[in-house]
Amino acid sequence: MTPSATRNTTPATVAKIRTGITGFDSISEGGLTQGRATLVAGTAGSAKTVFAVNYLAAGIMQANEAGVFVTFEDSVADVRRNVLGFGWDIAKWEKEGKWAFVDAAPDAEGPIAVVGEYDLGGLLARIEHAVKRIGAKRVSLDSLNALFVQFKDHAMLRAELFRITSSLKRMGITVLFTGERIQEYGEVTRYGIEEFVADNVVILRNNLEDERRRRTVEILKMRGATHQRGEFPFTLTSGSGIVVIPLSQIELTQSSSTVRVTSGVKELDRMCGGGFFRDSVILASGASGTGKTLLVTQFMSGGYKAKERCLLFAFEESKDQLFRNAAAWGMDFAGMEKKERLMVVNRYPHAMAMEDHLVEMQQLIDEFKPNRVAVDSLSALERVSSLRGFREFVISLTSTLKKKETAALFTSTSPSLLGGTSVTEKHISTLTDSIILLRYVETFGTMRRALVVLKMRGSQHDDAIREYTIDGKGMHIGDRLSAISGVLSGHTTFEGE
Amino acid sequence: MDVLHLTLYVAGDTPRSRQAMANLERICADLLGGQARCATVDVLDNPEVADVERILTTPTLIRESPTPRRRVTGDLSDPQRVLAALGFSSLPPHQTR
Repeated sequence: MTPSATRNTTPATVAKIRTGITGFDSISEGGLTQGRATLVAGTAGSAKTVFAVNYLAAGIMQANEAGVFVTFEDSVADVRRNVLGFGWDIAKWEKEGKWAFVDAAPDAEGPIAVVGEYDLGGLLARIEHAVKRIGAKRVSLDSLNALFVQFKDHAMLRAELFRITSSLKRMGITVLFTGERIQEYGEVTRYGIEEFVADNVVILRNNLEDERRRRTVEILKMRGATHQRGEFPFTLTSGSGIVVIPLSQIELTQSSSTVRVTSGVKELDRMCGGGFFRDSVILASGASGTGKTLLVTQFMSGGYKAKERCLLFAFEESKDQLFRNAAAWGMDFAGMEKKERLMVVNRYPHAMAMEDHLVEMQQLIDEFKPNRVAVDSLSALERVSSLRGFREFVISLTSTLKKKETAALFTSTSPSLLGGTSVTEKHISTLTDSIILLRYVETFGTMRRALVVLKMRGSQHDDAIREYTIDGKGMHIGDRLSAISGVLSGHTTFEGE
Repeated sequence: MDVLHLTLYVAGDTPRSRQAMANLERICADLLGGQARCATVDVLDNPEVADVERILTTPTLIRESPTPRRRVTGDLSDPQRVLAALGFSSLPPHQTR
């Protein structure tokens, strides 16, 4: 071996182009490697075609980069029609010279007879022509499996696909192609496409988990570049197509602001050492009827009085109910909404998948730019999700709120009336900065209520268990419940017993 | 009897393209009695035509007329199978052999 052959060339970092697919550039740490070929593999119905179209659409809309779409399976008319719902008007882009199709779908004239040796020279010539004609920077090929079904000479196909991707890469094109998988876990594609053409492999999954569909995306490899590892949930939205939910390093963020905001209840502010921190997340947990929704109502109202913008996500009660209750406590939610400093969003938990709720909530937070947010209740959402999905939801929502220095109050319903903890608490208590417990206390023929601030990250707080009452003006926190113990567990004992 | 129109699509001047052209020439002369009208299109020079005709593989031979249209892909190395694929179950009547 000659010295020059063994010489080490310093590996230059491979440049990336932002795909523009929401969230994907975050988990891929900047997008796809430029001038390389990426395989997007998934089972039937895993949104491969949407991904391939989204890649080009985002290029046009966000980077003004033209794209060529090579379709091996769906007809051109079908592709145009199927993605209209995502807001992508391909026909318009074609007229503007930003999008070109190469129609390689099976011919209506029937199967083609084969006599002797052949290659994909015709296809390559057409793709190259389309790329030059519109000055494309991106090419999607969807899906290669159709080729393998149509032509039996798989050795030829492999060699030709290698020739096509090499040729496109020489032209500086960042290539994306899709391939079908047989099962969610196992070999990457049916025909082993990745081994001979892909620099990068992305896997889309559509798993059945606790009887619910859960879509995830995983970057399996990216030659010469770093990326986030593992599966990330994603959803399909009508406005933006694929929305990946990145969960990177989120759990490490904690409240860091020293600015206090009011909880809406004076005595509670005092118990917390002067109010909640501006970027903290508070969990209020209690049984049905302990006053969680009241706490939320006062939290919103308190923010409104302090000239803050307030956003409430209500998953348990209708708008009418909420507004009527608020009015009974002397708070005019309708008036606050009219002034556009309060927004109340009512949703039925079962109406959407967890990921869709999350994406909608994040969009609303982006648009409304609230200073404080309340979710009533998290438990209602927990019921429509798998445990993992729920935890991811809380992590992602919490991270969004913290980045924006938004104070948040989440409620959680404990299943037993006396004592007890909810599943919600168990899974998210580590993600919250403060926990407030609301409890029923049975005393000699009377049901009373008690409240305690269980944890308050970064601050001193009152550790007394205090009695509180609810009347027409709201919540009133009183004295320490002396002479009673076992309130939190629900097994109360009295002094002298 | 309608005249037989055949178009051969090739991609560049490659050994495979030349092989297909030579094979087609021989088929036309030997088996079709010089009755067929043959044209050759290089898709590298005419990619738009390749788009219209949806050419994927090359070489591809298309029987343009009489209808129905038929396609054969490959270097046409087996004359009898080429004829069968073009829709001639036996040799056409005007063959001279």
